[in-house]
Amino acid sequence: MSFDWMRIPWSLVTLFIVFNYGLLLNALIAKIAARVGRRHGIPLWQNYVDLIKNYGQRTTISHGVHFYLGPVFRLTGGIGLLLFVPTLYGSAYFANLSFAGDLILALYFVFFGTLGMALGAGESGHPYAALGVSRGLSQVTAAELPFALAVFAVALQYQTLSVTEIVAAQQGGIHHWTLFTNPLAVAAAMLSFLGSMMRPPFDLVLAPQEIPIGPPTEYHSSYLALLQTNRAIFPIAKVVIYMNLFFGGATNWPVFFLKVFLITMVSVVVGVVSPRFRVEQSIRWFLIWAVPIGILAILWV
Amino acid sequence: MKAELEKRLVTGPDGVEFEVDPLRDYYCDALPEVQRPAYLRIVEDLFNWARAESIWILGFGTGCGAIEMRPLMTPRFDAYRYGIQWRPTPRQANLFVISGYLSVKTLKRVIRSYEQMQNPKYVVGLGSCTLNGGMYFDSYNTIKRLDQYLPVDLYITGCMPRPEALLAGFLELKKLIRAGKAEGANQYAANFAWYKANQKQVIHDWDMPDYNW
Repeated sequence: MSFDWMRIPWSLVTLFIVFNYGLLLNALIAKIAARVGRRHGIPLWQNYVDLIKNYGQRTTISHGVHFYLGPVFRLTGGIGLLLFVPTLYGSAYFANLSFAGDLILALYFVFFGTLGMALGAGESGHPYAALGVSRGLSQVTAAELPFALAVFAVALQYQTLSVTEIVAAQQGGIHHWTLFTNPLAVAAAMLSFLGSMMRPPFDLVLAPQEIPIGPPTEYHSSYLALLQTNRAIFPIAKVVIYMNLFFGGATNWPVFFLKVFLITMVSVVVGVVSPRFRVEQSIRWFLIWAVPIGILAILWV
Repeated sequence: MKAELEKRLVTGPDGVEFEVDPLRDYYCDALPEVQRPAYLRIVEDLFNWARAESIWILGFGTGCGAIEMRPLMTPRFDAYRYGIQWRPTPRQANLFVISGYLSVKTLKRVIRSYEQMQNPKYVVGLGSCTLNGGMYFDSYNTIKRLDQYLPVDLYITGCMPRPEALLAGFLELKKLIRAGKAEGANQYAANFAWYKANQKQVIHDWDMPDYNW
């Protein structure tokens, strides 16, 4: 088997572009949320400054090995998710490390960081961290169900487990997108999307005013900076999967930026006008509204 | 010393007996050290700029002055414009705003929270009470001068100072940080014995290690 070594530097370029886009997009989201509250909000470059400051803190303390590994796993989950799906369809440079059957791996990577974080936050010994982790794992599990069903529906529809082939099948016009060929799967996946983006009404994992601030309570300095780095990469990586599976993928960077922005805005727009669900309410919500749509989507295929 | 803080033997649910020493198990008692700035001047300047432009305040209201911090989050004053944010946990915060009078009971919690913050960290005394006791100058259970117990970088005087005064104070603090003059954490570590003696003078039920982070 031959491996094109040039893929590695090009993957790093992808990572660099996505990282910067993610930092700016996060600031833009914060600004939009602030404008809804009639504030000016943070400057667009604020996330860069926060990151430099946190990497520049002089002291760190540790609670043990898993405390170290928590942010590392989290970042691994984000970068792995990004690198194992094609960022741009049809580009020799930005297909990254994708391969046949990468869809299953991607599904695994979505969960990977959460589990790593659960280990790390558990070792920090803070009660709020344990509370946040238990809430987070139950909610993510419930939100994952409709997404998994939607992914199975899409895989059945296109008879493949390769993200690249799924994107290829959607080329040739907007009416070829899964959004129109299998709207039920997209509906189930988008409901799950709301739950996995850490925005209201499903933000009780962090719940800043309630359990300050959930799993990362004890994380500080460069640990927190690693988590912030992941905060820029992971949501984009997840949106890339949604874009590839349901919205026809992207063939160049401007289309990529636009589609990622619009898909992210779905959760932002819902978020700024919603209060917060309790964990049993959100699980019930996923099981009642999202899972049946996912099952219907599989039956539809 | 409270009973629950004493060293004792505990039998676990699986029948194994183990020793619990809350003061040693729950806290680390290593003393703070003076931290050197980065070796290169230009790197330290960059960090100081970032620290000045990204001030994370510990959301801990100690006295009546805390009410003046809330408007800063609202549309009218909106401190987020200046890179000032509130963090709910001392681990992630850089700036401790002592908002108004500080009772001896609260001082104990303030010390614990302050010591959990990471170097570099800053303290702002808000209101006259932190300077000289203010209207509580003859009270038996408030402290009169904050800088005897914690290294204070900046005072914002008034009773109460308006949110505009707070914003002006934070902007002044930014100048101090950028100039590298806000080294309170190192000052605390260097004069640790003096600060601890002062703290223990007013806190009579001292039931924590000398330095708890």
